[in-house]
Amino acid sequence: MKELYPGLEFGKATRDAYGEALRDLGRQYEDIVVLDADLAGSTRSAYFGEEFPDRFFNVGIQEANMVGMAGGFASCGKVPFISSFASFVILKGFDQLRMAVAYPKLNVKVAGSHGGISLGEDGASQQAVEDVALACSLPGFTVCVPCDEHQMRAAVRAAYHHRGPVYLRLGRPKVPVIYRSEPEDFAFGKAVRLREGTDVTVIANGLMVGAAIVAHDRLRDKGISVRVVDMATVKPLDEDEVLSAARETRGIIVAEEHLIHGGLGSRVAQAVCRLHPAPMEFVGLDDTYAESGAPADLLRKYGLTADNIVDAVRRLLAR
Amino acid sequence: MAIPAADPSRRGEEIAALRDRATVIRRLILDMLTTAGSGHPGGSLSAVEIVTALYFGGVLRYDPKWPDWPDRDRFILSKGHGVPVLYAALAEAGYFPHEELRTLRRIDSRLQGHPVYGTAPGIEASTGSLGQGLSIGLGMALAARLDKRRYRVFVLLGDGECQEGQVWEAAMAAGHHRVDNLIAIVDYNKFQLDGAISDIMELDPLAAKWESMRWDVIEIDGHDLGEVLRAFEWAVGRDRPACIIAHTTKGKGVSFMEGENAYHGVAPTEEELVRALAELDTARARAEASIEREAREDKEAGR
Repeated sequence: MKELYPGLEFGKATRDAYGEALRDLGRQYEDIVVLDADLAGSTRSAYFGEEFPDRFFNVGIQEANMVGMAGGFASCGKVPFISSFASFVILKGFDQLRMAVAYPKLNVKVAGSHGGISLGEDGASQQAVEDVALACSLPGFTVCVPCDEHQMRAAVRAAYHHRGPVYLRLGRPKVPVIYRSEPEDFAFGKAVRLREGTDVTVIANGLMVGAAIVAHDRLRDKGISVRVVDMATVKPLDEDEVLSAARETRGIIVAEEHLIHGGLGSRVAQAVCRLHPAPMEFVGLDDTYAESGAPADLLRKYGLTADNIVDAVRRLLAR
Repeated sequence: MAIPAADPSRRGEEIAALRDRATVIRRLILDMLTTAGSGHPGGSLSAVEIVTALYFGGVLRYDPKWPDWPDRDRFILSKGHGVPVLYAALAEAGYFPHEELRTLRRIDSRLQGHPVYGTAPGIEASTGSLGQGLSIGLGMALAARLDKRRYRVFVLLGDGECQEGQVWEAAMAAGHHRVDNLIAIVDYNKFQLDGAISDIMELDPLAAKWESMRWDVIEIDGHDLGEVLRAFEWAVGRDRPACIIAHTTKGKGVSFMEGENAYHGVAPTEEELVRALAELDTARARAEASIEREAREDKEAGR
């Protein structure tokens, strides 16, 4: 994958940071309970389980039951963090997320690992491409897609301190480091302007933030000034940052490792329509599932690289 | 703490008082459903004795003045469509005024068509999408264990609801963790919306299913208050989860609703309400007569 992100250092996978941060929080806060559905080794929730076996429940392959149990724990004052693959906890647990978490407004934190297609070879059944759209559709949910290990640690901490349901999307592969250390000013709903630019704005999250930075560098060499915004929180959306982008640049490209419908792109588009109509382009999966393959091969084939962002910028500027 | 061991002869008077309470609850159910003009009488009426025993038979520990009391027992109505029986019991217990029952299903009411956590006091979980209450109850029961609290969690499931896979996920998990403060009650009234359980998706052998998930199981007549009370006494304080399979009659207490599945989800009309209430009055008079007779016979037999 490294060849796709020239100039960027690679760090840990965001799932690794999730597991470490959750274990660290567990040392501090006794009201945290962690549930997993037989993927604790993969989601890294096992780190917590090894240190706090009494507060860790591996429910086996029972995503629906896990989500329901989390609602019960939360209504008794616990702060449950539940994890599985994004495909399973969000899709198999969706009615339970609605009934036992969102509707009663309970304080449950949901971590969906192996988000997007960059998990690679296991194929489309494991690749969550609709999880963000579904999570965003649940009233009251905060939805966040951190881009690197440092931001993930901050997001896990913020999730604990936030009162209400949160969805965090974790990724499987090691990814480029965007932040030098854990950002102290991280807050849900607050975007980060990573690169200034005046011609167009790329709004991205997760793995696509690194691609946006590479695209920024490439276009700068061609004389095109690209603003790069890390919009880790898809919901609530930082509308001020979207408005600035719509006002101050010629248009917005949204890049996400997700379907282009229902996720970050749709939410940004809705804000742009309402606040300040501007041309937009979307980089993501267009009404399709992916397949098995090496992560880099998949990202190229399904159009999730810096090159695809560069093309979208050119399309937008040509309009 | 377990409630005191079974009293083999719950005083006839106590049972009679509970029967009265059950009749009051039936009246309230019918009244609120008729006022609302929609809702689910059949599965509300079948659960009356179960809910009456829980709230008024000394089973549930609760305080209507302090609904958030951390050590309260939790009751989850997983078969959420039967919520009129719960609202009636909560009003009788003093959680909210009886007048509020007539706001059922109306705009701005706290009494939603299915239970909603955080609305009316005493509602412990949002249900209505079947199959979910036992998982929520399991989370609560495990939270009690972590916090070294002694509350128990009671979950009332519908029989049709037991067709949902999630019920068995939760049952398996509760059995695995030997959750001894979780009690499930199945309101086995033999019907679901579209017809007879046995025609649509057979549950039997139901007890064997729970036993295979490592639950202790007892089968009772869910309308015999003495049996229901004894079952709850049996169920608390075991060393693993307990399931009470309560054989009941859908629409119990109203002749034209009993076993008549048309009343699964259709409210009584005003005219039907009058007939139903008259029947409940007659039934009550008959019950009083038989209690008096039993008491007389007991006396004569020197008991």
